[in-house]
Amino acid sequence: MDIPYTVEARPDTGLYNAKVGIWLFLASEVMLFGALFSTYILLRVGAPEGFWPHGWLNIPVGTVNTLVLITSSITTVMAWASLKMNQFGRFKFFHACTLCLALTFVGIKSYEYHDKFMHYEITLKDGRIADGHLVKRTADQVVISGHYVEDRKELFDLRAGGPPHEHTEITIPQAQIKKMENYGPWHTTYLAIYFTLTGLHALHVIGGAIVIGFLWGPGSKLWKTDPDRFTNRIEISGLFWHFVDLVWIFLFPVLYLL
Amino acid sequence: MSDQSADHFSHHIRRYLFVFYALLFGTLITVAASYIPFGNRAMNIAVALVIAICKASLVGCYFMHLISERKMIYFILAFTTFFFAGLMFLTLWSFSDPPWHTVTH
Amino acid sequence: MQASTHAIPHPHVHEEHHEEAGFWSKYVFSTDHKVIGIQYGFTALCFLFFGFCLMLVMRWQIAHPGQPVPLVGPLLETLLGNMAAKGIVSNDLYNSFGAMHGTIMVFLAIVPLAFGAFGNYLVPLQIGAPDMAFPRVNMASYQFYVLGGVIMFFSFFIPGGAAQAGWTSYPPLAVAIPTDGQTFWLAGMVLLITSSLLGAVNFIATVIQLRAPGMTWMRLPFFVWAQFVTGFLLLLAFPPLEAAGVLQLMDKVAHTSFFLPTGLAVGGNLANVSGGGNPLLWQHLFWFLAHPEVYVLILPAMGIVSEIIANNTRKPLWGYKSLVYAVLTLGFLSFIVWAHHMYLTGMGTKIATFFQTTTMIISIPSVIILSCLFISLWGGSIRFNTPMLFVMAFLPMFGIGGLTGLPLGFSYSDIHLHDTYYVIAHFHYIVAPGTIFALFAGIYFWFPKATGRMMSEFWGQVHFWASLIFMNLIFQPMFAQGMAGMLRRMADGGANYSTAKVPDAIGGLSPHMMGLHTYILWAAVGLAFAQIPFIFNFFWSIHHGKPAGSDNPWNSTTLEWQTPTPPPHGNFATVPHVYRGPYEYSVPGHATDFTPQNQPD
Repeated sequence: MDIPYTVEARPDTGLYNAKVGIWLFLASEVMLFGALFSTYILLRVGAPEGFWPHGWLNIPVGTVNTLVLITSSITTVMAWASLKMNQFGRFKFFHACTLCLALTFVGIKSYEYHDKFMHYEITLKDGRIADGHLVKRTADQVVISGHYVEDRKELFDLRAGGPPHEHTEITIPQAQIKKMENYGPWHTTYLAIYFTLTGLHALHVIGGAIVIGFLWGPGSKLWKTDPDRFTNRIEISGLFWHFVDLVWIFLFPVLYLL
Repeated sequence: MSDQSADHFSHHIRRYLFVFYALLFGTLITVAASYIPFGNRAMNIAVALVIAICKASLVGCYFMHLISERKMIYFILAFTTFFFAGLMFLTLWSFSDPPWHTVTH
Repeated sequence: MQASTHAIPHPHVHEEHHEEAGFWSKYVFSTDHKVIGIQYGFTALCFLFFGFCLMLVMRWQIAHPGQPVPLVGPLLETLLGNMAAKGIVSNDLYNSFGAMHGTIMVFLAIVPLAFGAFGNYLVPLQIGAPDMAFPRVNMASYQFYVLGGVIMFFSFFIPGGAAQAGWTSYPPLAVAIPTDGQTFWLAGMVLLITSSLLGAVNFIATVIQLRAPGMTWMRLPFFVWAQFVTGFLLLLAFPPLEAAGVLQLMDKVAHTSFFLPTGLAVGGNLANVSGGGNPLLWQHLFWFLAHPEVYVLILPAMGIVSEIIANNTRKPLWGYKSLVYAVLTLGFLSFIVWAHHMYLTGMGTKIATFFQTTTMIISIPSVIILSCLFISLWGGSIRFNTPMLFVMAFLPMFGIGGLTGLPLGFSYSDIHLHDTYYVIAHFHYIVAPGTIFALFAGIYFWFPKATGRMMSEFWGQVHFWASLIFMNLIFQPMFAQGMAGMLRRMADGGANYSTAKVPDAIGGLSPHMMGLHTYILWAAVGLAFAQIPFIFNFFWSIHHGKPAGSDNPWNSTTLEWQTPTPPPHGNFATVPHVYRGPYEYSVPGHATDFTPQNQPD
């Protein structure tokens, strides 16, 4: 006896097995990201007035990345529709686009991560705070491109209006530095949840890209022997991909804009 | 499956493209809206979330075919939505309801 | 032995046209749900034994704090070094053992045994399916489980030992302890959760998609219903803990402050963290899983119990539909009661009222289930074999465990009882003489299906009576200790708070209460001896037990007994057709006192 309904739909549910499986998996993913969004809300509500960062991320870059992911969603749908219309060549083209877009997304994301890791907040022994991107670091001095602030609070809302900070090259002797910390997840709870949410999301993107890459490359041999099953696989991987896109649709405004 | 006529599908594809343009547009107005002061911060958050929910619904309904899915999937998602709401709402509620007689010195 | 009267032919030669699989692909990397079920069962039983051994050492330390552990003391010193210098359990080691006893028993022993082993072996058979819906996912689920278990096990031997912050791992303590045990614990948990998620997806999809023709929802055996609801609990409740585990892992490894508040001081010094986190958030996310987890522990047990009751009373279960609706309600409500574990965290009265109300409401479906099972006994011609004895003990033991939970569900009585031995006694009554007895019953009951041989009835009864007596001797005194105010998780068993140490202390623990520790220790040792007949019986019977004589030695109606023994790869020679409900016993006018589900009218 073989396992039934791997390709054709079960009459009473109208679904094939993998379709049920992927939706159950996505249901658990909703709960996973739901818990993380709850965490975001609680950390934000719990932050003291004026100490929740605003405008720390580069909006144009984030917008481009959002458009990249949305475009990859439409190419995924088109790839599946091409198979439904029996056009294998078009399928190959569209999913090649999907893979390129996925790589673009991860590339842009890692640029953004790099940018955060190069960004330092330096507390001086005289109480002033220097904030900016690292230019050079030697044994006796640190050079950053940034500005000084008197009150740490000024660093939090960068979209509050008012004149923009002049960025100049600042040289600070190591002897004057009290504390020097980059904008990694340890810096504030905002960055902690930013790195956790986007990192987990990026892992999903990479995982999805690996699956789609497999189905695009070696896995596509199945098209010749069992086209229906192959089309189902593309649909299933597509559902996962759209879900990843859907999560980003919420992550983008929550982390970049609000 | 080769009988799935291209005609039938070109109708679908037009719809997918329409959704795609709507999503692009939605992204741009989310960004634009974040620059417009709507009075207070909460209002801006609400606007952004409403747009995000609309975009997410478009992805869910059309790209993920939820608009014409089977009853079993709806059941599963209805349960999930309920528990998702429970997790969010009850957790937040418990933080917004501290003990009445908090000792303060 | 009565010949079973069913329609399916028995192709014992069925296996022959399958190519002979090698040892590795047949037993280790198998995708067959029966092999995976047995793998789960064997691994989980090993962990069950290991978790029990941890507890024995802890009971010695509680009864005789600071004295070397007899027999195993030198072994502990050799393996763990300074943590057990001179064979004495240090406080850190006691904390490790306590945390790992809970973790191992819940996540590595009971859940894999109840859900992974029994569910995997029986659900496809009972619904007439050839296998799980996704056999390779099933294999991956077992492999993640083993990997998680290995990480948990090896964390004992790293410097500083295993996790020490209790199975609940509350931060900031869990994050502040400077050893790596907690990091291992979190990594292990993430793997175990992944394993459970894969398993849950598979179970639910299997039940939805692979039911045999005619197996409608209301013809499913109750065991399948219980596993189905359990699958949903795991699917939707585990991800928040996975998220919380990732967050705590970030706190531990990337030095974030998700759960670390501003101004946190560790060892008298301000901790070097950004702060701004929320320790209570962990408790919410943890209990959002861990309360449904309680039902994950008990529902499969209830499923096993109902199968065995129907079979051994030779009559249909009383109120099958009530049972089904009750178990669905139970699953549903179990998601909105979690904060009754948190009444003492500074919770407002409104939210406490909400959770008290839902907690009281959830006891209703539990009582419906237990009542249905009790009433099922009424008027039956009961066969008192070993599985039935365990089941008969399950009912009152679960009753004690459940009823003693009510005072914990009310915030005002919980303030007194919270974190005392009363709580320990309460949940152990549900899990130890409750769930574990049901699992023992299941092992005795389905053993002939998996092996074709019966386990010894005599030694089974010895195992049963000894276990029943010692279980009660262990946990009954803890109710008294808890009500006297003895707190859990104290490495000296509360000696510091005894009137022997501080004679005039108000609420000090009396010598009588302290003395109960010694009785509990010897009862626990007795329980260990009581398992010897089981272990020998189990291994001896695999090859030398009395042959079962037929594929259906208990004259049962459900589908798993209507296949060859042991069931071949693919389970059924032809697709079984189901014509009736699962418990048609003693149907008037029928030639035998049972009518298998696949027997046509």
